[in-house]
Amino acid sequence: MRLDVDIASKKFRNAAGEQHDVIAGVAFALDAGEVGVLVGPSGCGKSTMLRILAGLDHDFQGRVERPAGARIGIVFQEPRLLPWRSVEENVRLVAPLADETKLSALFEILELNEHRKHFPGELSLGLARRVALARAFAIEPDFLILDEPLASLDGALAARLRDQIAMLVDGRSVMTLLVTHDVDDAARLGDRLFLLSPRPARVVADLPIRTPRRARGDAEIAAIKSDIMQRINGGLTGRDAS
Amino acid sequence: MPRLLSFAVFFATWWIASLLAGDAKLPPPPTVLAAMLAEAKSGDLFLNLGVTLARVALAFTLAMSLGSAIGYLMGRVRLADRLGDPWLILLLNLPALVVIVLAYIWAGLTEIAAIAAIAINKLPTAVVTLREGARALDAALDEMATVFALPRSRTFRHVILPQLAPYIAAAARSGLSLVWKIVLVAELLGRPNGVGFEIGVAFQLFDIPLLLAYSLSFAAVVLVIETVLVQPFEARLSRWRPRAA
Repeated sequence: MRLDVDIASKKFRNAAGEQHDVIAGVAFALDAGEVGVLVGPSGCGKSTMLRILAGLDHDFQGRVERPAGARIGIVFQEPRLLPWRSVEENVRLVAPLADETKLSALFEILELNEHRKHFPGELSLGLARRVALARAFAIEPDFLILDEPLASLDGALAARLRDQIAMLVDGRSVMTLLVTHDVDDAARLGDRLFLLSPRPARVVADLPIRTPRRARGDAEIAAIKSDIMQRINGGLTGRDAS
Repeated sequence: MPRLLSFAVFFATWWIASLLAGDAKLPPPPTVLAAMLAEAKSGDLFLNLGVTLARVALAFTLAMSLGSAIGYLMGRVRLADRLGDPWLILLLNLPALVVIVLAYIWAGLTEIAAIAAIAINKLPTAVVTLREGARALDAALDEMATVFALPRSRTFRHVILPQLAPYIAAAARSGLSLVWKIVLVAELLGRPNGVGFEIGVAFQLFDIPLLLAYSLSFAAVVLVIETVLVQPFEARLSRWRPRAA
C-alpha cells in the first residue's frame, strides 16, 4: 500500500471566468501506517488537493497513484452526514458489513454510544464530526483522508478528538492524510509533514518525524512546531501558518 | 376539534344560504343527504365512486411515476433538460379540455383514452416539480457517496430519494387535486359511469340534490384520502426534521 502523488498544476476557473492557479507542484509519497500531514495557510488549495486525492476531481495536470481497490474513508470539513438517517444508520450505510462488536468499540472510543439513535440535526458540531470519523473508520479504510477535522472546535474538545484520532490511526495500518492549518495538530499527529506555500500551493518542505506519536513530549512538540514555523516563515512568505 | 368546528361552520353556512336562496337553487343539507342515501341504497353511489377512484389511481400512478422519472432526468442531465423543455412548456400550457377531446377522437371513447388524457394533464406538473428537486440535490452528499463508493442503488435510496421526498410529496398533493378535477371532465365527456357522468346527468335533469350528493361524497372521499394517506406519509418523511411542521 503506497500513495504516490505528483500534481504538476491545477487551475480553477471562477464564476467570472478568470483563471487561477491553485496548485503549482505538489509531490509526495505516503506508505501504509503513516500519517502524512499537509500543513499550509488557509486558502492555499489544501481542500482542492484532497478532492483530487479522493478521486472527486480529475481535471488536473499530473498523476495520483492510489493502490488499486483501496477503500477510502473521508472526513470532510463539514461532517456531510445524512440528516434523515440516525447516527447509527449513517455509519452502517457506508459500512453494511461492519459487525456489531467493531461498531460498538468504535462508538465507545468516540463516545457516541448514547447518540446512536439521534439524528444529525440534534448534534453539536463536535459530535457530528465524531460521527463522520466513526463513518470513515467503520469501513476499515486503506486510505483515510481527514480535512481539518479539528477546525472550529474549542481547545479541550479538539484535544480529546485528536487523541481519539491518534488511537484509531494507531489501531490499524492505514495510510492517513490529514490536512490542517494548525501547526500544533500537525506536530502531534503527523509522521511526515508536508509544508505548503500559500496559493498556488507548492511543497516547501518534507519533514519526517521519527519519534512515535505517543512518545512525543511537550518539549519535542514545541521543537517541531518552531521548526515548522521557521521553515514556513523562512520560505517565500512572512505569513503565519497557524 | 378545530376541524370539526370548521365542518360545522360549513354546514351552517350552507343551511342559511339555502334558506335565503330557496330550495330550488340550493337544497338544504337534509335533502342532499336523502339523495345521497337513495343513491347509496341502490348501489350506484359506490359503483360510481369506485369507478372514478380507480381512474384517479391509475392516471395518478402513471403520471407520477413517469413524471418523476422524466423530471429527475431533466434535473440531472443538461441535454435532457434542453431537449425536454419545449415539450414541457407545450404540455404545461395545453388546456385539459383539448387533451381530453383529442384523446377521445384519436383513441375512441375508451377507458384507455380517458386515463391517458388525465395522466397527460398531470404529467408536466410532476416533471416541473421533480426537476426542481433534482436541481436542488446536495452535491456535497453526492461526493460523500462517491468517495465511500456506495452502490448506486443505495445512494439512490438513502441519499437521493430523501432529498426528493418533499418534492414528490408536493407533486403528489398538487397532482392529486389536479387529477380529481380533470377526471370528472373526462367522465362527463366520454364515459358511461363515474362521478363525472352522474353529475352530467344531474345537470341535464336539473337535479340539484343529486348533483350535490355526488359532489360532496366525492369531496368526502378526497378528504379521507388526504387525512389517512397523504398527511401521515408527509409526517413520516419529515420526522427527522428537528421541528416538523
